[in-house]
Amino acid sequence: MSASDQPSLSLGASFFRQFLRHGKALAASPADLLNPLLFFFMVVTLFPLGLGPDPERLSQMAPGILWVVALLASLMVSGKLFASDFEDGSLEQLCLAQHPLAILALAEVLAHWLGTGFLLALVSPVFALMVGLPIQALPVLVISLLLGSLCLTLIGAVGSALTVSIRRGGLLLSLIIIPLHVPVLIFGSTAVVEATRDGNAVSWLALLAALVLASLALAPLAIGAALRISLDNG
Amino acid sequence: MWSFIHKLGSPPWFFRFGGSLVRWLLPLTLILLLVGAFWGLLVAPPDFRQGNSYRIIYIHVPAAVVALAGYYVMALAGAISLIWRIKMADIAMKAAAPVGAVLTGIALVTGAIWGKPTWGTWWVWDARITSMLILFFLYLGVVALFEAYENKAAAAKACAVLSLVGTVNIPIIYKSVDWWYSLHQPASIKFTGESAIDASMLYPLLLMIVAFYGLFAVTVVMNMRAELIWHHRQSAWVRQWAGLD
Repeated sequence: MSASDQPSLSLGASFFRQFLRHGKALAASPADLLNPLLFFFMVVTLFPLGLGPDPERLSQMAPGILWVVALLASLMVSGKLFASDFEDGSLEQLCLAQHPLAILALAEVLAHWLGTGFLLALVSPVFALMVGLPIQALPVLVISLLLGSLCLTLIGAVGSALTVSIRRGGLLLSLIIIPLHVPVLIFGSTAVVEATRDGNAVSWLALLAALVLASLALAPLAIGAALRISLDNG
Repeated sequence: MWSFIHKLGSPPWFFRFGGSLVRWLLPLTLILLLVGAFWGLLVAPPDFRQGNSYRIIYIHVPAAVVALAGYYVMALAGAISLIWRIKMADIAMKAAAPVGAVLTGIALVTGAIWGKPTWGTWWVWDARITSMLILFFLYLGVVALFEAYENKAAAAKACAVLSLVGTVNIPIIYKSVDWWYSLHQPASIKFTGESAIDASMLYPLLLMIVAFYGLFAVTVVMNMRAELIWHHRQSAWVRQWAGLD
Protein backbone atom coordinates (compact mmCIF):
# COMPACT_ATOMS: atom_id res chain seq x y z
CA MET A 1 0.00 0.00 0.00
CA SER A 2 1.50 3.33 -1.01
CA ALA A 3 1.37 6.37 1.19
CA SER A 4 -1.18 8.10 -0.99
CA ASP A 5 -3.72 5.35 -0.24
CA GLN A 6 -3.59 6.19 3.44
CA PRO A 7 -6.36 8.49 4.58
CA SER A 8 -4.84 11.82 5.56
CA LEU A 9 -7.03 11.93 8.66
CA SER A 10 -8.08 9.05 10.85
CA LEU A 11 -11.77 8.20 11.04
CA GLY A 12 -12.05 9.63 14.55
CA ALA A 13 -10.36 12.88 13.57
CA SER A 14 -12.59 13.33 10.51
CA PHE A 15 -15.63 12.58 12.64
CA PHE A 16 -14.59 15.17 15.22
CA ARG A 17 -13.80 17.74 12.55
CA GLN A 18 -17.16 17.26 10.88
CA PHE A 19 -18.85 17.55 14.27
CA LEU A 20 -17.03 20.81 15.03
CA ARG A 21 -17.70 22.24 11.60
CA HIS A 22 -21.44 21.76 11.90
CA GLY A 23 -21.44 22.84 15.54
CA LYS A 24 -19.58 26.05 14.74
CA ALA A 25 -21.98 26.83 11.91
CA LEU A 26 -24.88 26.44 14.35
CA ALA A 27 -23.18 28.51 17.04
CA ALA A 28 -22.44 31.27 14.52
CA SER A 29 -26.15 31.86 13.94
CA PRO A 30 -27.91 32.26 17.28
CA ALA A 31 -31.23 32.49 15.47
CA ASP A 32 -30.92 28.84 14.45
CA LEU A 33 -30.45 27.92 18.10
CA LEU A 34 -33.20 30.17 19.46
CA ASN A 35 -35.91 29.74 16.84
CA PRO A 36 -36.82 26.14 17.76
CA LEU A 37 -37.09 27.17 21.42
CA LEU A 38 -39.24 30.13 20.48
CA PHE A 39 -41.40 27.86 18.35
CA PHE A 40 -41.76 25.46 21.29
CA PHE A 41 -42.69 28.38 23.57
CA MET A 42 -45.30 29.78 21.19
CA VAL A 43 -47.00 26.50 20.34
CA VAL A 44 -47.22 25.57 24.03
CA THR A 45 -48.99 28.93 24.50
CA LEU A 46 -51.53 27.95 21.85
CA PHE A 47 -52.81 25.01 23.86
CA PRO A 48 -54.26 26.92 26.84
CA LEU A 49 -55.75 29.36 24.33
CA GLY A 50 -57.38 26.52 22.43
CA LEU A 51 -58.33 24.27 25.33
CA GLY A 52 -59.22 26.89 27.96
CA PRO A 53 -57.20 27.92 31.01
CA ASP A 54 -58.54 25.26 33.41
CA PRO A 55 -55.32 24.28 35.28
CA GLU A 56 -56.50 20.79 36.15
CA ARG A 57 -57.29 19.82 32.58
CA LEU A 58 -54.10 21.40 31.30
CA SER A 59 -51.95 19.53 33.77
CA GLN A 60 -53.65 16.29 32.76
CA MET A 61 -52.82 16.97 29.12
CA ALA A 62 -49.39 18.44 29.80
CA PRO A 63 -47.29 15.32 28.97
CA GLY A 64 -48.99 14.91 25.62
CA ILE A 65 -48.86 18.63 24.80
CA LEU A 66 -45.17 18.94 25.62
CA TRP A 67 -44.23 15.84 23.69
CA VAL A 68 -46.26 16.68 20.59
CA VAL A 69 -44.81 20.19 20.51
CA ALA A 70 -41.27 18.84 20.95
CA LEU A 71 -41.91 16.46 18.03
CA LEU A 72 -43.15 19.34 15.86
CA ALA A 73 -40.15 21.47 16.80
CA SER A 74 -37.85 18.61 15.82
CA LEU A 75 -39.67 18.24 12.48
CA MET A 76 -39.33 21.97 11.82
CA VAL A 77 -35.56 21.97 12.20
CA SER A 78 -34.64 18.62 10.68
CA GLY A 79 -35.42 19.91 7.18
CA LYS A 80 -32.44 22.22 7.42
CA LEU A 81 -29.99 19.57 8.56
CA PHE A 82 -28.26 18.87 5.25
CA ALA A 83 -29.62 21.81 3.25
CA SER A 84 -26.58 24.10 3.39
CA ASP A 85 -24.18 21.20 2.80
CA PHE A 86 -26.18 20.24 -0.25
CA GLU A 87 -26.29 23.76 -1.64
CA ASP A 88 -22.63 24.69 -1.19
CA GLY A 89 -21.34 21.37 -2.50
CA SER A 90 -19.69 20.16 0.69
CA LEU A 91 -21.93 17.12 0.59
CA GLU A 92 -20.21 16.02 -2.61
CA GLN A 93 -16.87 16.43 -0.88
CA LEU A 94 -18.12 14.27 1.99
CA CYS A 95 -19.13 11.57 -0.47
CA LEU A 96 -15.62 11.58 -1.93
CA ALA A 97 -13.96 11.34 1.48
CA GLN A 98 -12.10 8.17 2.29
CA HIS A 99 -14.29 7.50 5.29
CA PRO A 100 -17.83 6.10 5.22
CA LEU A 101 -20.40 8.79 4.51
CA ALA A 102 -22.67 7.27 7.18
CA ILE A 103 -20.17 8.01 9.96
CA LEU A 104 -19.42 11.56 8.79
CA ALA A 105 -23.14 12.28 8.46
CA LEU A 106 -23.67 10.95 11.98
CA ALA A 107 -21.22 13.58 13.24
CA GLU A 108 -23.35 16.30 11.68
CA VAL A 109 -26.54 14.82 13.09
CA LEU A 110 -25.09 14.71 16.60
CA ALA A 111 -23.91 18.33 16.36
CA HIS A 112 -27.33 19.32 15.08
CA TRP A 113 -28.99 17.51 17.98
CA LEU A 114 -26.79 19.28 20.54
CA GLY A 115 -27.90 22.61 19.10
CA THR A 116 -31.61 21.79 18.93
CA GLY A 117 -33.10 18.80 20.78
CA PHE A 118 -30.59 18.85 23.60
CA LEU A 119 -31.21 22.55 24.33
CA LEU A 120 -34.95 22.05 24.03
CA ALA A 121 -34.89 19.24 26.59
CA LEU A 122 -32.89 21.38 29.00
CA VAL A 123 -35.31 24.32 28.89
CA SER A 124 -38.46 22.17 28.74
CA PRO A 125 -39.14 22.36 32.54
CA VAL A 126 -39.93 26.08 32.17
CA PHE A 127 -42.64 25.36 29.61
CA ALA A 128 -43.78 22.31 31.57
CA LEU A 129 -44.55 24.51 34.57
CA MET A 130 -46.58 26.82 32.34
CA VAL A 131 -48.96 24.01 31.45
CA GLY A 132 -49.00 22.71 35.01
CA LEU A 133 -47.02 19.49 34.76
CA PRO A 134 -46.55 18.18 38.33
CA ILE A 135 -43.05 18.99 39.65
CA GLN A 136 -42.21 15.38 40.41
CA ALA A 137 -42.48 14.57 36.70
CA LEU A 138 -39.92 17.17 35.60
CA PRO A 139 -36.80 14.94 35.77
CA VAL A 140 -38.52 12.25 33.73
CA LEU A 141 -39.67 14.87 31.22
CA VAL A 142 -36.12 16.12 30.73
CA ILE A 143 -34.64 12.62 30.43
CA SER A 144 -37.38 11.47 28.07
CA LEU A 145 -36.87 14.54 25.88
CA LEU A 146 -33.09 14.11 25.91
CA LEU A 147 -33.38 10.50 24.70
CA GLY A 148 -36.42 11.08 22.53
CA SER A 149 -35.13 14.14 20.73
CA LEU A 150 -31.95 12.28 19.77
CA CYS A 151 -34.12 9.54 18.32
CA LEU A 152 -36.37 12.07 16.54
CA THR A 153 -33.31 13.84 15.15
CA LEU A 154 -31.80 10.60 13.82
CA ILE A 155 -35.04 9.55 12.13
CA GLY A 156 -35.62 13.11 10.93
CA ALA A 157 -32.13 13.09 9.43
CA VAL A 158 -33.13 10.12 7.24
CA GLY A 159 -36.08 12.14 5.98
CA SER A 160 -33.94 15.22 5.56
CA ALA A 161 -31.38 13.26 3.53
CA LEU A 162 -34.14 11.84 1.33
CA THR A 163 -35.78 15.20 0.64
CA VAL A 164 -32.78 17.55 0.54
CA SER A 165 -32.64 17.61 -3.26
CA ILE A 166 -36.35 18.41 -3.61
CA ARG A 167 -37.46 22.02 -3.82
CA ARG A 168 -40.15 22.74 -1.24
CA GLY A 169 -39.37 19.47 0.49
CA GLY A 170 -40.40 20.73 3.94
CA LEU A 171 -43.96 19.45 4.01
CA LEU A 172 -42.96 16.24 2.28
CA LEU A 173 -40.39 15.64 5.01
CA SER A 174 -43.16 15.82 7.61
CA LEU A 175 -45.33 13.41 5.61
CA ILE A 176 -42.70 10.72 5.36
CA ILE A 177 -41.31 11.13 8.88
CA ILE A 178 -44.37 11.55 11.13
CA PRO A 179 -45.43 7.88 10.94
CA LEU A 180 -41.90 6.83 11.93
CA HIS A 181 -42.02 9.14 14.95
CA VAL A 182 -45.03 7.36 16.47
CA PRO A 183 -43.18 4.92 18.77
CA VAL A 184 -40.94 7.70 20.12
CA LEU A 185 -43.98 9.83 20.94
CA ILE A 186 -45.75 6.93 22.64
CA PHE A 187 -42.79 5.85 24.76
CA GLY A 188 -41.83 9.41 25.68
CA SER A 189 -45.25 10.75 26.60
CA THR A 190 -46.18 7.57 28.45
CA ALA A 191 -43.02 7.82 30.54
CA VAL A 192 -44.04 11.35 31.58
CA VAL A 193 -47.63 10.29 32.26
CA GLU A 194 -46.37 7.46 34.45
CA ALA A 195 -44.13 9.90 36.30
CA THR A 196 -47.08 12.18 37.10
CA ARG A 197 -48.86 9.19 38.64
CA ASP A 198 -45.70 7.96 40.42
CA GLY A 199 -45.93 4.90 38.19
CA ASN A 200 -43.20 2.98 36.47
CA ALA A 201 -41.56 5.56 34.24
CA VAL A 202 -38.19 3.81 34.13
CA SER A 203 -39.30 0.98 31.89
CA TRP A 204 -40.61 3.47 29.31
CA LEU A 205 -37.37 5.41 29.50
CA ALA A 206 -35.52 2.14 28.96
CA LEU A 207 -37.61 1.50 25.84
CA LEU A 208 -36.75 5.00 24.61
CA ALA A 209 -33.07 4.31 25.26
CA ALA A 210 -33.38 1.08 23.27
CA LEU A 211 -34.88 3.04 20.39
CA VAL A 212 -32.01 5.53 20.59
CA LEU A 213 -29.43 2.74 20.40
CA ALA A 214 -31.20 1.01 17.52
CA SER A 215 -31.49 4.23 15.55
CA LEU A 216 -27.88 5.19 16.33
CA ALA A 217 -26.84 1.89 14.78
CA LEU A 218 -29.20 1.83 11.79
CA ALA A 219 -30.14 5.40 10.88
CA PRO A 220 -26.63 6.43 9.72
CA LEU A 221 -26.70 3.66 7.09
CA ALA A 222 -30.00 4.94 5.71
CA ILE A 223 -28.78 8.54 5.92
CA GLY A 224 -25.63 7.72 3.95
CA ALA A 225 -27.56 5.85 1.24
CA ALA A 226 -30.17 8.61 1.06
CA LEU A 227 -27.57 11.37 0.72
CA ARG A 228 -25.96 9.62 -2.24
CA ILE A 229 -29.36 9.23 -3.90
CA SER A 230 -30.11 12.92 -3.33
CA LEU A 231 -26.83 13.88 -4.99
CA ASP A 232 -27.82 11.76 -8.02
CA ASN A 233 -31.09 13.63 -8.23
CA GLY A 234 -29.74 17.12 -7.70
CA MET B 1 -33.97 -21.52 -12.02
CA TRP B 2 -31.25 -18.87 -12.40
CA SER B 3 -32.03 -18.28 -16.04
CA PHE B 4 -35.66 -17.70 -15.06
CA ILE B 5 -34.59 -15.05 -12.54
CA HIS B 6 -32.31 -13.42 -15.11
CA LYS B 7 -35.13 -13.38 -17.63
CA LEU B 8 -37.35 -11.59 -15.08
CA GLY B 9 -35.01 -8.62 -15.38
CA SER B 10 -35.55 -8.27 -19.12
CA PRO B 11 -38.38 -5.83 -19.93
CA PRO B 12 -39.70 -7.51 -23.13
CA TRP B 13 -39.55 -10.95 -21.55
CA PHE B 14 -41.30 -9.78 -18.38
CA PHE B 15 -43.90 -7.96 -20.41
CA ARG B 16 -44.82 -11.18 -22.23
CA PHE B 17 -44.52 -13.33 -19.09
CA GLY B 18 -46.69 -10.87 -17.12
CA GLY B 19 -49.23 -10.90 -19.93
CA SER B 20 -49.65 -14.66 -19.79
CA LEU B 21 -49.65 -14.55 -15.97
CA VAL B 22 -52.50 -12.05 -15.98
CA ARG B 23 -54.37 -14.09 -18.56
CA TRP B 24 -54.90 -17.03 -16.19
CA LEU B 25 -54.54 -15.31 -12.81
CA LEU B 26 -57.16 -12.64 -13.49
CA PRO B 27 -60.06 -15.06 -14.25
CA LEU B 28 -59.00 -17.29 -11.36
CA THR B 29 -58.98 -14.31 -8.98
CA LEU B 30 -62.38 -13.13 -10.17
CA ILE B 31 -63.85 -16.61 -9.69
CA LEU B 32 -62.36 -16.84 -6.18
CA LEU B 33 -63.70 -13.37 -5.35
CA LEU B 34 -67.19 -14.24 -6.58
CA VAL B 35 -67.29 -17.61 -4.81
CA GLY B 36 -65.85 -16.12 -1.60
CA ALA B 37 -68.26 -13.18 -1.66
CA PHE B 38 -71.25 -15.42 -2.34
CA TRP B 39 -70.19 -17.88 0.38
CA GLY B 40 -69.37 -15.18 2.93
CA LEU B 41 -72.21 -12.77 2.26
CA LEU B 42 -75.04 -15.23 1.66
CA VAL B 43 -74.22 -18.77 2.75
CA ALA B 44 -72.26 -18.31 5.99
CA PRO B 45 -74.48 -18.14 9.11
CA PRO B 46 -75.19 -14.75 10.75
CA ASP B 47 -73.22 -13.91 13.88
CA PHE B 48 -74.80 -14.61 17.27
CA ARG B 49 -74.23 -11.07 18.54
CA GLN B 50 -73.67 -8.89 15.48
CA GLY B 51 -76.22 -10.43 13.14
CA ASN B 52 -75.46 -9.76 9.51
CA SER B 53 -73.30 -6.68 10.05
CA TYR B 54 -70.26 -8.84 10.75
CA ARG B 55 -70.21 -9.90 7.09
CA ILE B 56 -68.13 -6.87 6.22
CA ILE B 57 -65.29 -8.95 7.72
CA TYR B 58 -65.07 -10.67 4.31
CA ILE B 59 -63.83 -7.42 2.79
CA HIS B 60 -62.23 -5.82 5.82
CA VAL B 61 -59.88 -8.57 7.00
CA PRO B 62 -58.57 -9.65 3.56
CA ALA B 63 -57.87 -6.01 2.64
CA ALA B 64 -56.03 -5.43 5.93
CA VAL B 65 -54.00 -8.65 5.66
CA VAL B 66 -52.91 -8.02 2.08
CA ALA B 67 -52.24 -4.32 2.78
CA LEU B 68 -49.69 -5.26 5.43
CA ALA B 69 -48.16 -8.00 3.27
CA GLY B 70 -48.04 -5.53 0.39
CA TYR B 71 -45.76 -3.24 2.36
CA TYR B 72 -43.30 -6.08 2.80
CA VAL B 73 -43.52 -6.95 -0.89
CA MET B 74 -42.78 -3.30 -1.69
CA ALA B 75 -39.86 -3.16 0.74
CA LEU B 76 -38.47 -6.47 -0.57
CA ALA B 77 -38.60 -5.14 -4.13
CA GLY B 78 -36.87 -2.00 -2.87
CA ALA B 79 -34.12 -4.05 -1.22
CA ILE B 80 -33.60 -6.07 -4.42
CA SER B 81 -33.35 -2.86 -6.43
CA LEU B 82 -30.83 -1.34 -4.01
CA ILE B 83 -28.65 -4.44 -3.70
CA TRP B 84 -28.67 -5.89 -7.22
CA ARG B 85 -29.72 -2.74 -9.08
CA ILE B 86 -32.41 -4.54 -11.06
CA LYS B 87 -34.66 -2.03 -12.82
CA MET B 88 -37.61 -4.42 -12.74
CA ALA B 89 -37.60 -4.32 -8.94
CA ASP B 90 -37.93 -0.52 -9.08
CA ILE B 91 -40.95 -0.91 -11.30
CA ALA B 92 -42.46 -3.57 -9.01
CA MET B 93 -42.01 -1.30 -6.01
CA LYS B 94 -43.56 1.67 -7.76
CA ALA B 95 -46.46 -0.51 -8.91
CA ALA B 96 -47.10 -1.99 -5.45
CA ALA B 97 -47.23 1.28 -3.47
CA PRO B 98 -50.55 2.73 -4.71
CA VAL B 99 -52.23 -0.70 -4.64
CA GLY B 100 -51.19 -1.17 -1.03
CA ALA B 101 -52.35 2.33 -0.15
CA VAL B 102 -55.77 1.68 -1.66
CA LEU B 103 -56.10 -1.65 0.19
CA THR B 104 -55.20 0.08 3.46
CA GLY B 105 -57.80 2.73 2.67
CA ILE B 106 -60.40 0.03 2.03
CA ALA B 107 -59.54 -1.64 5.34
CA LEU B 108 -59.91 1.69 7.19
CA VAL B 109 -63.21 2.64 5.55
CA THR B 110 -64.78 -0.81 5.99
CA GLY B 111 -63.52 -0.79 9.59
CA ALA B 112 -65.29 2.51 10.19
CA ILE B 113 -68.49 1.23 8.58
CA TRP B 114 -68.27 -1.92 10.69
CA GLY B 115 -67.64 0.16 13.81
CA LYS B 116 -70.87 2.12 13.50
CA PRO B 117 -73.31 -0.78 14.19
CA THR B 118 -70.89 -2.66 16.46
CA TRP B 119 -69.51 0.05 18.72
CA GLY B 120 -71.90 2.88 17.92
CA THR B 121 -69.21 5.22 16.52
CA TRP B 122 -67.51 5.58 13.18
CA TRP B 123 -64.06 5.81 14.66
CA VAL B 124 -62.41 4.56 17.82
CA TRP B 125 -58.73 4.83 18.62
CA ASP B 126 -58.33 1.11 18.87
CA ALA B 127 -54.84 -0.40 18.59
CA ARG B 128 -55.44 -2.20 15.33
CA ILE B 129 -57.25 0.71 13.65
CA THR B 130 -54.52 3.12 14.73
CA SER B 131 -51.78 0.82 13.42
CA MET B 132 -53.64 0.53 10.13
CA LEU B 133 -53.91 4.32 9.92
CA ILE B 134 -50.16 4.65 10.44
CA LEU B 135 -49.55 2.02 7.75
CA PHE B 136 -51.72 4.16 5.47
CA PHE B 137 -49.50 7.17 6.22
CA LEU B 138 -46.39 5.09 5.51
CA TYR B 139 -47.76 4.13 2.09
CA LEU B 140 -48.76 7.71 1.30
CA GLY B 141 -45.28 8.88 2.27
CA VAL B 142 -43.69 6.50 -0.25
CA VAL B 143 -46.11 7.59 -3.00
CA ALA B 144 -45.57 11.30 -2.20
CA LEU B 145 -41.79 10.90 -2.15
CA PHE B 146 -41.82 9.17 -5.53
CA GLU B 147 -43.92 11.91 -7.07
CA ALA B 148 -41.66 14.66 -5.68
CA TYR B 149 -38.45 13.44 -7.34
CA GLU B 150 -37.82 14.63 -10.85
CA ASN B 151 -35.25 11.96 -11.66
CA LYS B 152 -37.32 8.78 -11.55
CA ALA B 153 -34.35 6.43 -11.15
CA ALA B 154 -33.31 8.36 -8.04
CA ALA B 155 -36.97 8.43 -6.91
CA ALA B 156 -37.15 4.65 -6.96
CA LYS B 157 -33.97 4.35 -4.89
CA ALA B 158 -35.17 6.96 -2.41
CA CYS B 159 -38.47 5.11 -2.02
CA ALA B 160 -36.56 1.86 -1.55
CA VAL B 161 -34.61 3.39 1.35
CA LEU B 162 -37.79 4.85 2.85
CA SER B 163 -39.71 1.58 2.60
CA LEU B 164 -36.80 -0.33 4.19
CA VAL B 165 -36.71 2.17 7.06
CA GLY B 166 -40.48 1.70 7.35
CA THR B 167 -40.08 -2.08 7.43
CA VAL B 168 -37.70 -1.89 10.36
CA ASN B 169 -40.17 0.42 12.08
CA ILE B 170 -43.43 -1.44 11.46
CA PRO B 171 -42.98 -4.05 14.23
CA ILE B 172 -41.92 -1.29 16.65
CA ILE B 173 -44.91 0.86 15.66
CA TYR B 174 -47.32 -2.06 16.07
CA LYS B 175 -45.92 -3.02 19.45
CA SER B 176 -45.88 0.57 20.73
CA VAL B 177 -49.44 1.23 19.59
CA ASP B 178 -50.46 -2.04 21.24
CA TRP B 179 -48.95 -0.98 24.57
CA TRP B 180 -50.36 2.52 24.19
CA TYR B 181 -53.83 1.07 23.71
CA SER B 182 -53.66 -1.42 26.56
CA LEU B 183 -52.66 1.44 28.88
CA HIS B 184 -55.49 3.73 27.86
CA GLN B 185 -58.09 1.08 27.09
CA PRO B 186 -61.56 2.53 27.69
CA ALA B 187 -63.82 0.08 29.52
CA SER B 188 -66.87 0.62 27.31
CA ILE B 189 -65.36 -0.79 24.13
CA LYS B 190 -64.41 -4.43 23.91
CA PHE B 191 -63.65 -6.76 21.09
CA THR B 192 -65.79 -9.85 21.02
CA GLY B 193 -63.53 -12.91 20.82
CA GLU B 194 -62.58 -13.05 17.19
CA SER B 195 -60.10 -15.86 17.63
CA ALA B 196 -62.96 -18.27 18.27
CA ILE B 197 -64.40 -17.92 14.78
CA ASP B 198 -66.45 -20.88 13.61
CA ALA B 199 -65.31 -22.96 10.64
CA SER B 200 -68.45 -22.09 8.68
CA MET B 201 -67.40 -18.44 8.85
CA LEU B 202 -63.64 -19.06 8.68
CA TYR B 203 -63.44 -20.96 5.35
CA PRO B 204 -65.03 -18.22 3.23
CA LEU B 205 -62.77 -15.72 5.01
CA LEU B 206 -59.66 -17.72 4.10
CA LEU B 207 -60.92 -18.01 0.52
CA MET B 208 -61.38 -14.23 0.38
CA ILE B 209 -57.87 -13.67 1.73
CA VAL B 210 -56.45 -15.88 -1.04
CA ALA B 211 -58.59 -14.00 -3.58
CA PHE B 212 -57.30 -10.65 -2.33
CA TYR B 213 -53.71 -11.87 -2.63
CA GLY B 214 -54.53 -12.82 -6.20
CA LEU B 215 -56.09 -9.41 -6.79
CA PHE B 216 -52.99 -7.71 -5.41
CA ALA B 217 -50.69 -9.77 -7.64
CA VAL B 218 -52.80 -9.19 -10.76
CA THR B 219 -53.08 -5.44 -10.16
CA VAL B 220 -49.35 -5.08 -9.50
CA VAL B 221 -48.38 -7.06 -12.61
CA MET B 222 -50.84 -5.08 -14.75
CA ASN B 223 -49.46 -1.85 -13.29
CA MET B 224 -45.93 -3.02 -14.06
CA ARG B 225 -46.82 -3.87 -17.67
CA ALA B 226 -48.36 -0.44 -18.16
CA GLU B 227 -45.27 1.18 -16.69
CA LEU B 228 -43.02 -0.96 -18.91
CA ILE B 229 -44.63 -0.03 -22.22
CA TRP B 230 -44.65 3.63 -21.20
CA HIS B 231 -41.00 3.49 -20.15
CA HIS B 232 -39.93 1.68 -23.35
CA ARG B 233 -42.40 3.36 -25.67
CA GLN B 234 -39.60 4.28 -28.09
CA SER B 235 -38.02 0.83 -28.29
CA ALA B 236 -38.55 -1.65 -31.08
CA TRP B 237 -40.28 -4.39 -29.10
CA VAL B 238 -43.04 -2.08 -27.86
CA ARG B 239 -43.63 -0.59 -31.30
CA GLN B 240 -43.77 -4.13 -32.69
CA TRP B 241 -46.22 -5.18 -30.00
CA ALA B 242 -48.44 -2.17 -30.68
CA GLY B 243 -48.32 -2.89 -34.41
CA LEU B 244 -46.61 0.41 -35.22
CA ASP B 245 -43.66 -1.12 -37.10
